[in-house]
Amino acid sequence: MSDDVLGTLLMRDSLDHCVKCTICETFCPVANVTPLFPGPKYAGPQSERFRVADEASPDSSLDYCSGCGICTQVCPQGVHIAEINTQARAKLREKTGHKLRDRMIARPTLTGKLGTPAAPVANWTLSNPAFRLLVEKTMDIHRSAPLPTFAGRTFQRWARKHTSPASERRVAFFHGCGTNYYEPRLGEMTVELLEHNGIKVEVPKQDCCGLPLQSNGMFKDARGYAHRLAERLAPFAREGVDIVGTSTSCTLMLKREALEILEMGDDEALLAVSSRVYDICEYLLMLHARGELKTDFAAVEETVTYHAPCQQQGHGIGKPALDLMALIPGLNVVESTASCCGIAGTYGLKREKYDIAMKVGAGLFAEIAEATPDRVVCDSETCRWQIEHATGVRSVHPVEMLHRASGLSSPW
Amino acid sequence: MNQHDVLVVGTGLAGLSAAVRLAQSGARVRVLAKGVGATHLSGGTIDVLGYTPERVERPGEALAALPSGHPYARVGAARVAAALDWFKTQFSGGYTYTGSLEENLLLPTAIGVPKPTALAPVTMAGGDLRSVTEVMAVGFRGLKDFHPALLADGLSRTLPSVTARATELHLPVERRVEFNALGLARAFDQRDFRRTVITELTSRLRPGEVVAFPAALGIASPHDVWSELEHGLGRPVFEVPTLPPSVPGMRVFAVLRDALRRAGGSLLLNNVVVGAERSNGRVSSLRVRVGLREERHGADWIVIATGGFASGGLALDSDWTARETALGLPVAGVPEPGARRFEPQYFAAHPIARAGVAVDDRLRPVGADGFENVLVVGATLAGAEPWKEKSGDGLSLSTGHMAAELVLAESGATKEAIA
Repeated sequence: MSDDVLGTLLMRDSLDHCVKCTICETFCPVANVTPLFPGPKYAGPQSERFRVADEASPDSSLDYCSGCGICTQVCPQGVHIAEINTQARAKLREKTGHKLRDRMIARPTLTGKLGTPAAPVANWTLSNPAFRLLVEKTMDIHRSAPLPTFAGRTFQRWARKHTSPASERRVAFFHGCGTNYYEPRLGEMTVELLEHNGIKVEVPKQDCCGLPLQSNGMFKDARGYAHRLAERLAPFAREGVDIVGTSTSCTLMLKREALEILEMGDDEALLAVSSRVYDICEYLLMLHARGELKTDFAAVEETVTYHAPCQQQGHGIGKPALDLMALIPGLNVVESTASCCGIAGTYGLKREKYDIAMKVGAGLFAEIAEATPDRVVCDSETCRWQIEHATGVRSVHPVEMLHRASGLSSPW
Repeated sequence: MNQHDVLVVGTGLAGLSAAVRLAQSGARVRVLAKGVGATHLSGGTIDVLGYTPERVERPGEALAALPSGHPYARVGAARVAAALDWFKTQFSGGYTYTGSLEENLLLPTAIGVPKPTALAPVTMAGGDLRSVTEVMAVGFRGLKDFHPALLADGLSRTLPSVTARATELHLPVERRVEFNALGLARAFDQRDFRRTVITELTSRLRPGEVVAFPAALGIASPHDVWSELEHGLGRPVFEVPTLPPSVPGMRVFAVLRDALRRAGGSLLLNNVVVGAERSNGRVSSLRVRVGLREERHGADWIVIATGGFASGGLALDSDWTARETALGLPVAGVPEPGARRFEPQYFAAHPIARAGVAVDDRLRPVGADGFENVLVVGATLAGAEPWKEKSGDGLSLSTGHMAAELVLAESGATKEAIA
């Protein structure tokens, strides 16, 4: 990593580049639907000047920022608006204290471990309107919020029993909590797809990346998780083995956000991982560019709507899923033009933010309703759950489409 | 490394025009940009040439008479006309552009000063001060970026032919910390709000008065909003550009971005070009900083549309060395160290103002070897002073469009030669 790259860690310096052009405000999906959030420029570069070091902001409107990161993406001057706001939000929370709810939903490993053995009961309970009303009253988790369903088994358990065929080409798979506890089949499909392309897949023992804790302002705990995960993955990175992930927000956390937002630039393990981690579609498209991806895909005669999540766009890699799906014969892909589904990880689960999140996603939901696709394709699990909740249309990861087209699973 | 036919660097009017034109002709195009470009800050008109320094009435004739160092001298009136025609075809569904190189429209700015411009959306064209005589300027309480009294006063002072007065509507718009043009445009997208505006205004208007609104008549379907107001008020209605965020500028961005996507092109933000790999006198790939990483993007052609000093396309160090930031191309027109750089008066002709990358008739950078497949367009170019000339939009649109035409012609010629 060059000095120049490390220089970008001095995010607060980027504030001076803000010329108050308002471009971020026009793209902010939250400010566009509610006056409760005044917009990224106002809450960010403008207010930051009045935030005294080590003191929380007296303006609590920052709490309504969903952390989608679109403001940073569109800023023509390179201001790290979203990152600065996430840090300021954490300071605000330090002062106000953390709700029990936020402590819970920010620890997917904890809920996963609790819910998995008791999955049938847990799932029944969580889908019970009376219980959800109780949860809303006591915990401030909205009664209608799209909570995922426990799979009742873990991907780690499958991976421990699975032996990946030997190959010179190897990757380490960072599957994330969503795959482990809620969508283990996605993890299996990823392993099968990579093996189908002649790659040996290693699945190291792993835990949460700390992203939900970071989003909810618990930086100290988030750093602990990020560091422990980095220690698990770093041996592969140091060996020159690439790390791939299906959870696009969590790979972004390892690539960039933990270094920038949690200011972990002196964490050697994280730096090693950061330089080697790839979103799975980014990685598969790299394989394709090198002529190493099997593209003898079977036809999938379907129409799908593809939605690129905000955090996927935060990678700055375009939409590799679109390029990959273009290789599948018969597949008609409708690209969504909406920016955000609203959920932003845990934001849309919260009682006071659920309606905002649904309004943010309204444009996307309308596009899906109009396209009447067979399914929605989207790289982020929380976005898929939100989209399914709002539209009733089954939503899958791009890997599932490629897995299907590679002849690895039977037709739907 | 990925490979494209053309990489366009920058996503303002110049970059998007080049990219859309190329993608629509079947080229595989990728746009790399640090962030969203200056379209959001522009008034939405296409100013081709407004002052030389006298006010220009016939821009086609006036640009043909510009000195050889001016970028328009590289383009020529015929190519500018072709670019304007192409731009017009990108707009449909009622929200279209009107005007030509034949003669400038004369539209009011927010402070009531007439501005010559070649093209304007139909929602603005009704404000042409060459024919308007009586104006009612309408403001909205709480909108901090548009003051109807200032507009009316300015018009009455600068144009003896115009009588103007002002009124302000006190309408319930969702309470926000910042109520700007975009917020007002979203309100205008609501039918109830439009109806209220029509009802409130009808009794205040005199016969013969035309109505000036801040350029915020809807963002979803501006033509419908504008038509409904014209119909409901029974008289011509027109938009006057506001401070940023510029709603008409956002409409331009949305139209070109969607056109790019429909034509199969891609747009990558937070991608900062920091250098290039070169071989055989050409750039083979760009080095691009993305987050904490550096990536490579390969292409046959490179179009540099990163803007000038304000956009970061050009940079001036404290020792007065200037550089083009993406490829390090030489910058022409920078005063020697020790020479006078700025004049004391704000509106004077400053020596630094025309600095930029000088190009030849094929838009290739002058004074730099090894960039045979690099074309430079828009505000990065040397020799113009857009804010004084009122030429920025026209330069960006016409050089972007010309770069696309050159690439298509030359790559076509190469393919034929190989065949």
